[in-house]
Amino acid sequence: MSAARVDLLMISQMVERGARVLDVGCGDGELLRLLAETRDVDARGVELSQRGVNDCVAKGLFVVQGDADTDLVDYPDDAFDYVILSQTLQATRQPRRVLEQMLRIGRRAIVSFPNFGHWRIRWQLATRGRMPITKNLSYSWYDTPNIHFCTIRDFVALTEEIDAKIERAVALDSAGASVGVSAPWWVWNLFGEQAVFVLERGRKI
Amino acid sequence: MSSFAAADDLRLREVHAPQSEVAHFGPDQPLRMDAGVDLAPFTIAYQTYGTLNAAKSNAVLICHALTGDQHVANVHPVTGKPGWWEIMVGPGRPIDTDRYFVICSNVLGGCMGTTGPASINPATGRPWGLDLPVVTIRDMVRAQAMLIDRLGIDQLFCVAGGSMGGMQVLQWAASYPERVFSALPIAAAARHSSQNIAFHEVGRQAVMADPEWRAGRYFDHGVRPLKGLAVARMAAHITYLSDEALQRKFGRKLQNRAAPTFSFDADFQIESYLRHQGSSFVERFDANSYLYVTRAMDYFDIAEDYGSLAKAFKGTKTRFCVVSFTSDWLFPTSESRAVVHALNAGGAPVSFVEVETDKGHDAFLLDEPDLFAAMRGFLDSAARARGLMGAR
Repeated sequence: MSAARVDLLMISQMVERGARVLDVGCGDGELLRLLAETRDVDARGVELSQRGVNDCVAKGLFVVQGDADTDLVDYPDDAFDYVILSQTLQATRQPRRVLEQMLRIGRRAIVSFPNFGHWRIRWQLATRGRMPITKNLSYSWYDTPNIHFCTIRDFVALTEEIDAKIERAVALDSAGASVGVSAPWWVWNLFGEQAVFVLERGRKI
Repeated sequence: MSSFAAADDLRLREVHAPQSEVAHFGPDQPLRMDAGVDLAPFTIAYQTYGTLNAAKSNAVLICHALTGDQHVANVHPVTGKPGWWEIMVGPGRPIDTDRYFVICSNVLGGCMGTTGPASINPATGRPWGLDLPVVTIRDMVRAQAMLIDRLGIDQLFCVAGGSMGGMQVLQWAASYPERVFSALPIAAAARHSSQNIAFHEVGRQAVMADPEWRAGRYFDHGVRPLKGLAVARMAAHITYLSDEALQRKFGRKLQNRAAPTFSFDADFQIESYLRHQGSSFVERFDANSYLYVTRAMDYFDIAEDYGSLAKAFKGTKTRFCVVSFTSDWLFPTSESRAVVHALNAGGAPVSFVEVETDKGHDAFLLDEPDLFAAMRGFLDSAARARGLMGAR
């Protein structure tokens, strides 16, 4: 597995064996296959691109063509143990709505996303005054599918706003190693290139 | 004897004494029909390919479309053409006859050996004609289930089919969920839409407007409503294709001429093509049978039968792979999506593939690599789950 998708390995280790899992924006099914093979989960996927769906079905995975923004409403409450959104949050039109739906249809939500607060991005913006382009975020501003970037602190604020409980959080640096586990948020926000959160419903949801 | 008369002899032979396996069901085994009638005796003609394993766990039932038949992967006894799904069914094909035991039966109401309006009504010794009770998709599936019982098969590994065949697949999954390990409805819908009923009505009216139809008793007069049936087929055939595919294939090209003839001759290639479709269809198909099978599709509405689509499939353990085609305007993707939503709501294991193609509804019969890849992937994973991978 490429170093860039080290978050997939991390996510797969966060999932209990035999769980019911929905991967939203599952791409070509890399994570689903990993979960099915190593964690024996009941793995389902939703994917927007036809290419991705066809690849998944050809691999024998259960994937339907659909849109994270509009199609999660079709699933009943508590249909899954985990609903995963891996590197897709920033590409949704309504990230807050998507997160709420994930926590409705799943007992837990696992979300991984690129941290726009990473020092390299801040540095590029500060020194060049132009939208940052990095190894992981390689699109120009005008043709990027990523329309809702956030920082780790932005994400934490959103979880508070929708009353989700953070069960676990990990920040990964550019080498894919965890940023100091007990470090404060500002350290993660500066040195985490990506983040993985496990969320649960709070009391009010 | 003209070649048409010779072909008609072949057609009638297939109605009454088909070149297929035949299962007879006597008065002790009537078919309970939705019309409220018990049909007995009746006959099912079917073909099989491959070998049933000792555990009887490798049987695949293929359900044919409106005017299809049981000759999936062998030369057609009337037309002499290859089987209608040879591209999909055979050794090494996605539905691999080296691994699976494939069954396909002619539908109830059909005209290739299974009881239909052209078959003999034992009460009169004459063809049933319109005295045969109206057939539904559920009746077709009930009859198939009786055949599967007769073959000693408890659970089918897969039920697969396109169009009306896909409707039967959905009905199988709703009626006998424990008997269907996996289901592959292609280019199908859980109900026939208003527009589709409208097209069928045009076809039926074309048949019935032919003076030779004789109120459905044409066989008593030694005639057939060939013109009406051909027009019905021509109109229907347009709905199986797409505007784009027709434009690509025929455009405005003229048929063997340099300029229009200023007549109502078949100047355009598309006209000539449709006329050919009509005239070759009537050689192998019975006009009354066309009325019955179109009616069966019109009456199909699973949500109506069960209260809702979700209720029809509630608690099902069947693995589904639903397939639609982008250019299919007869059974559009939205219809497949409705089925997928209902299955998701019940937590059923379901995949959904929309294949990109400009070939319209008939794409399920054609060489579509994305369709083949999806079917292989789905069937292979189902075979692993069913413990069939060692059979190869």
